[in-house]
Parts: sequence; structure tokens; C-alpha cells
Amino acid sequence: MGYVLDGQSFDGLLSQLSKEYLIYAPVRISGKGAYSDTDLVAYGQISSLDEIEYNEKSRFSPKELIYPITQTLFYFTEDEYKEPAVSQKSIIIFCRPCDVHAFRRLDEIFLKNGDFRDSYYEAIRRKTVFFILECAGSFENCFCVSMGTNRVEGYAALLRPGEGQVTCDVDEHFAPLFARYGKPAGMTPRFIEENSISVILPEEIDKNIFDHQMWQEYSSRCTACGRCTVSCPTCSCFTMQDIFYEDNPRCGERRRVWASCMVDGFTELAGGHGFRKDNGSRMRFKVMHKIYDFRKRFGYDMCVGCGRCDDVCPEYISFSGCVNKVSSLAGEVKKDD
Amino acid sequence: MTNPYRPFKAEILSVLPQTGIDFTFRLAADIKVESGQFVEVSLPGVGEAPISVSDFGPGWIEMTIRRVGKLTNVIHTLTPGGSLFIRGPYGKGFPVDRFTGRDLIIAAGGTGLAPVKSIVRRFYKNTAELKSLTLLAGFKSPSDVLFRDEINIWQSCINVQITVDGDDTGEWKGRVGLITKLISGLPKIDVQNTEVIIVGPPVMMKFASQEFFKKGIPEDRVWVSFERKMCCGLGKCGHCKIDDTYVCLEGPVFNYTAAAQLTD
Ligand SMILES: Cc1cc2nc3c(=O)[nH]c(=O)nc-3n(C[C@H](O)[C@H](O)[C@H](O)COP(=O)(O)OP(=O)(O)OC[C@H]3O[C@@H](n4cnc5c(N)ncnc54)[C@H](O)[C@@H]3O)c2cc1C
Ligand code: SF4
Ligand code: SF4
Ligand code: FES
Repeated sequence: MGYVLDGQSFDGLLSQLSKEYLIYAPVRISGKGAYSDTDLVAYGQISSLDEIEYNEKSRFSPKELIYPITQTLFYFTEDEYKEPAVSQKSIIIFCRPCDVHAFRRLDEIFLKNGDFRDSYYEAIRRKTVFFILECAGSFENCFCVSMGTNRVEGYAALLRPGEGQVTCDVDEHFAPLFARYGKPAGMTPRFIEENSISVILPEEIDKNIFDHQMWQEYSSRCTACGRCTVSCPTCSCFTMQDIFYEDNPRCGERRRVWASCMVDGFTELAGGHGFRKDNGSRMRFKVMHKIYDFRKRFGYDMCVGCGRCDDVCPEYISFSGCVNKVSSLAGEVKKDD
Repeated sequence: MTNPYRPFKAEILSVLPQTGIDFTFRLAADIKVESGQFVEVSLPGVGEAPISVSDFGPGWIEMTIRRVGKLTNVIHTLTPGGSLFIRGPYGKGFPVDRFTGRDLIIAAGGTGLAPVKSIVRRFYKNTAELKSLTLLAGFKSPSDVLFRDEINIWQSCINVQITVDGDDTGEWKGRVGLITKLISGLPKIDVQNTEVIIVGPPVMMKFASQEFFKKGIPEDRVWVSFERKMCCGLGKCGHCKIDDTYVCLEGPVFNYTAAAQLTD
């Protein structure tokens, strides 16, 4: 069902929704960008339409809203493990089509891989609703069309912000509320059908590509800073960390913190023994996971083509360029149609 | 929703030093374990780590823990009556049923003897279950030899051969040399009816398996156990992943044919 809301009505709608939901969207944080005097676009809580940064891609993905960078799993006194309380409120996340697809990949790991469901992720995930921000055009480095993540079906709401108004397509659940604040309007969702970058995905990868000299280039260029994995909406690895409080060493916390397969120490064992010591083999590991290993396990690719890894790399390493190199080496390639 | 990260408290029943740095802890724990599986062991505020279950029985498990860092240093200060927190068991163990009626050869390097100890204990007396059992174990030096008391008992029932890389004591009366030498020295193997377990550091597993292949053992009769960094044991943290395989889920025990396909 389609509706159009002017700015003031939309803010009224947000204020109504905020009684039941915590509402997050990409926002502009001034002066926090990668270079001095630049802004950072990242996720934050909002209460008005003006706060939503619609015209730029967010540097960080919305994954941290459900899977925080640092998350306390237990508080303990010496003998007791207590779980932190979870907010009773549901959450609404305004995000792009690719980001919704990315959450499906995180669901695969946290809720399905292995015999157990990750209760911390699930507690927030089950209460999450996505409001999709329609993309007006493809951003730099995006290749969602190649990854098949440009379209979404079955959303709660899809929004097209315009001059002083928002046109929306909403599901039955939210329709009565949108009807109260807006006027009926025709709305046919428009998805990106072309990016300036496209990738070709290799169908099968021969083992000898793993040892190919193409990875050496990354050994010399990549600095193992891990920014690509931090900004990736589908990277899900973490490390456990126990701490105790300085002023009361008998009490402390067990936390998990995001980890990166690109950074030193990810595979390190006792005695300093580790795997993938050179950065080229880490690049290989990451790329293969995104476009091959995950598919072998779950039937579809992990990467959603958001291009954030390319946006943030200080060494201008191109992930999509690397995928295309792998494909041309793999010979037998499948053209995405 | 059950929380898979929540450990339970397990009382320490006994602590038995094996070497200066390896202690065996027996815990009161009512869990069903397969030989080769591991548990996540923790102390609140200190840390959590994967440790193989070296032996188990009704209401108890044993782990042989080497002191190498933050958590294991503190664990080594604990005494009977104290407790550890554990969750698990996790992973796939050895396909013990497959071994019945066959000749089983176990080659263990150093602490690699821990994850197979329960297999030796199960079979050394019930030799009727197996056609034969041979245990080859290699340690760095005489002071690194684990499970001395058990080895003495096993020796009276099965073929046990222990070797050390070098003798720093001057009192070692046993064999000196690499474990590969014990393998090449084995009498003729009935290759159609033999299963082999190899557990130890990566280099040891590599050379030991080659030695068995020289003897004509087919690759699919060889079982190995992998050690990788692990932070969850549940297929979530990603540290143990190799290609599309999660060592904590599909391993740590692998058939050699599957292990050979994995590229780190
Ligand atoms: C499946 C499995 C079974 C294991 N079984 C046993 C066992 O039976 N007995 C035993 O003594 N040890 C075993 N280990 C190794 C044990 O987990 C590590 O020695 C332990 O994590 C070290 O913790 P720490 O806090 O004392 O050391 P730390 O202070 O964390 O680290 C000391 C060193 O150990 C490395 N390390 C950290 N985490 C691990 C890890 N998960 N695995 C290996 N090294 C790590 C660090 O990088 C560092 O180099 C096993 C590991 C795995 C994966
Ligand atoms: S690998 Fe790069 S393009 Fe693909 S989902 Fe992650 S950040 Fe986006
Ligand atoms: S952002 Fe670039 S330099 Fe940093 S780890 Fe990723 S590929 Fe390497
Ligand atoms: S140990 Fe965490 S995924 Fe295997």
C-alpha cells in the first residue's frame, strides 16, 4: 500500500513509532570522517526525517545494531555468570536493500551454522524490523546487481525520500499507522538495475588458484589494518575476552569483540604458531569466503556487493577487481544475467 | 532461549601433575563425551579455552592441560575442591565403532596423546574388541613423557613403543629418535584391515602420515585431529574455519582424505 507523508507528518509517525521501537538510520556525524574536516556517515538513533543521511552510503553497516562491536555476554562475581538485560523495545532499522540481504547472511551464521543458535544475536534480531531506503542511484564501488542483492521482497516498509516528503510502500501491519499520518499515493518500488561495476562470479575454483601468484600483489600492498572487515555488513567473526574490574578484581565480564581474519593474531596458537602469516593469503581467505566457501556451505554467496570494503581501504585495494581476477583465472566463468 | 555460551561449574576431584607443565584435572561432570571431542574451559575474569577431554567415565571427565598462558597459568594453581567452568562437549570425535575387529595403530606426538588416551584405555584390556592395538608415542625429552603410570600398565597388554627426540637426563633407557622411525620399524601391516590415528603437532602429523602411506595404508584409513584457534566451539566465531569447513563442528577429528583437501 502506498502513502505519501510530508516532513512534519513523517516526524509525527516516527514519534508514534518510538513508543514501541528504538529507531536507527544512517546519520551524518560531523568531523568524525576518515580525513580531517570530513564527516562520518554511520548508524545512529533518530527522531526526525532530517537526521537521515539519504544521499550518501554509510561507511559502517547497520550490523552493529544487532551484533555490537563489543558485547558483554556475562557479568560475573567469582561464582556466578549473569547475563545482561536486553531492552524490551523492538527496533526499526532504516537501511539499503543490500544491508537487508547482509542480515540474512548473518542469520545463517548466528542462527543456523552448527547445532546451536546464538541467543544474544537472536534476542535482538527477532525484534528487528527493516524499513528500506530505496536507492536513487548506484553509489561508488557498488556491485549489488552482480550479487543479486539489489532487490528486496517482503519488506515492512520501503521509503523514497524526496523534496520535503517521503513516498512509502508498506505492508499490512504498518499500513494503518502510515494511513493516519499520510495520504494514499501510487508507489511502485524502483530497484537499482545497473552498477558501473560488475563482477563475474567463478562457478568452480580449482585448488591451484589458492597458491597462485596473483595473491602476492596483496602481500605487498595490504597492511592488514582490518578496515575492510569492520565495514563489511557480512563479516561476523569475534574473539572472546575476559576482563576484571580494577577496583574489584573479584568481579568482571566476559565479552566478545569483533575480530578480523585480515589482522595479525587471528589464527595464532600457543608457541606463536599460526596460519596465513602473509597478507596475500589472508586476502585469499577473505575473498574465497565471500564468493565461494560460504556458497559451498549455504547455497548462495556471502558478499552482497555493497562495496564498503573498497570505500574504506587505505591502500586502494579493490575487492571487486580481485573477484574478477579470480574469475578470469578460474576460466570457466558464469556470467551473471 | 537457551544460551549456548553459558558454562556450568564443575568441581575438581583431583589434580595429577604429568610433567612440570602438564597437569591432569579430573572434574565432576555429567556429560556424554566421545573420544576426541573437546570442551570449552573457563575461569570468570581470566578467560576461556578449548581443551580435549583426555578421559571420561560415569560422572567425571579428565583433561590434561599444558601451562602456556593467561588462563592455563591460573588453572594450574587450582586444587581439588576448587572448580572450573565448562561447556560442551563439542566437535566430532574418533569413529571408534569403525575400529572394532581391526588392527588399530595410534601414533601420538607430545600432548597429542591426551585426546586419544580414552581410546587406549577402552581397548587395551578389551583386546577382543580389536584385532590388535599398537601405541606409538614420541616426546621431546624424557621429562615430557605423559601418562607414565598408565603406559606401564598398558605395556603389559598391548604393543607400546615410546621414543624421545633427545635425552637431556642421561637416564633414559628407552628409544631415542623421531616417531617416524617407530612407524617405519613396524613389522608388516595387514593394510586391508588396519586403521591409523595420528595426533600431534602439524609437522609430526605430516611426516607420520607419509610414513604410513609408504607402508601401504590407504589414505581413508588414517584419522587425524586438528588444532586451531577457537573462541566459541559453536560455529560462530570464525577463528577455526578453513575453506568451507569449521574445525569445531566438522572436526577436530578428520579422515585424512578430508583433511588433505583443506588449505589454510
Ligand atoms: C580442539 C582443541 C583441543 C585442545 N586440547 C588441549 C589439551 O588437551 N590440553 C592443552 O593443554 N591444550 C589444548 N588445546 C590448546 C589450548 O586451547 C591452548 O593452549 C589455550 O587456549 C591457551 O590458553 P591460555 O589463556 O592459557 O593462553 P593465552 O595466554 O591465551 O595464549 C598463550 C598462547 O596460546 C595461544 N592460544 C590462544 N588461544 C588458543 C587456542 N584456542 N588454541 C591454541 N592456542 C591458543 C595464544 O595465541 C598464545 O600464543 C587445545 C586446543 C584446541 C583447539
Ligand atoms: S565483501 Fe565488500 S562488497 Fe562484499 S559485502 Fe563485504 S564490504 Fe560489501
Ligand atoms: S582495508 Fe585494505 S589494507 Fe586494510 S586489511 Fe583490508 S585489504 Fe588490507
Ligand atoms: S571455534 Fe568458533 S567457529 Fe569454530
